[in-house]
Amino acid sequence: MTATVRAADVAVGTELPEQTYPVTRADLVRYAGASGDFNPIHWNERVATEVGLPGVIAHGMLTMALAARAVTAWAGDPGALVEYHVRFGRPVVVPDDGTGARVTVRGKVGALGEDGRARVDLTVTSGGEKVLSLARATVQLA
Amino acid sequence: MALDPALVGRSYPPSAVYEVGRQKIAEFADAIGAADPVHRDPEAARAAGYPDVIAPPTFAIALTLSAAGVVVEDPDVALDYSRVVQGEQRFTHHRPIRAGDRLVATPVIEAVRSVGGNDLLTTRVDVATEDGEPVCAATSMLVARGTA
Repeated sequence: MTATVRAADVAVGTELPEQTYPVTRADLVRYAGASGDFNPIHWNERVATEVGLPGVIAHGMLTMALAARAVTAWAGDPGALVEYHVRFGRPVVVPDDGTGARVTVRGKVGALGEDGRARVDLTVTSGGEKVLSLARATVQLA
Repeated sequence: MALDPALVGRSYPPSAVYEVGRQKIAEFADAIGAADPVHRDPEAARAAGYPDVIAPPTFAIALTLSAAGVVVEDPDVALDYSRVVQGEQRFTHHRPIRAGDRLVATPVIEAVRSVGGNDLLTTRVDVATEDGEPVCAATSMLVARGTA
């Protein structure tokens, strides 16, 4: 119920450790089952290309979940995230090559409230391109 | 066809009760690679100050996605789902979802807009316990390309 990072130890501009997460086709299938989002563009190459995508793409919500991991790993408590807003930019294409894609998450404290809440501004990229055009998480620090 | 601005504020009946199980939380945590023991081990969760294992921050989508589907299927909304992509997602947490929660999800249309020939539909799903304790709100903005 308590973050391990103390608000007193954080300033605007504090950077979070960079995290990189691999995403494979198997991860997409597992996420589809766990979330109930069975949209075929996340597992079927034929359907994905028919609707004009370059190939099978990751669920935006999976990318959002991975970015949250970077925040809560830093804060020390998955329950500390109180507000979280993302705008989806470009899709994460996940090739069927045994390697898949990689999602890299960088974060920086953009604002600090008197209530011990920090707003973390995230930069989320895959293949060098930003995949979330906006991503902000507010965490309750200790 | 552009969405009718009169739809803003339309709310829908609460969903059936969704009972949150420890295994479902662990399954979701596995699917996003979240290794923290508070998602799996009730003792670790209690040591961290929670009554039972807690769900990762985006878990609510497992129940709000289908709740929001009621809005998309509303004949007055009639979005062409083959043209829909998700533009934005927001979660506001009053407390973490935890095992044992009995939750109901209530969708409401928060905004409709037409921008550059696209229809934008923003739906908020309020998640509360069946006793009425607010737990979280999940807001999704969907973009229907080339329909406005």
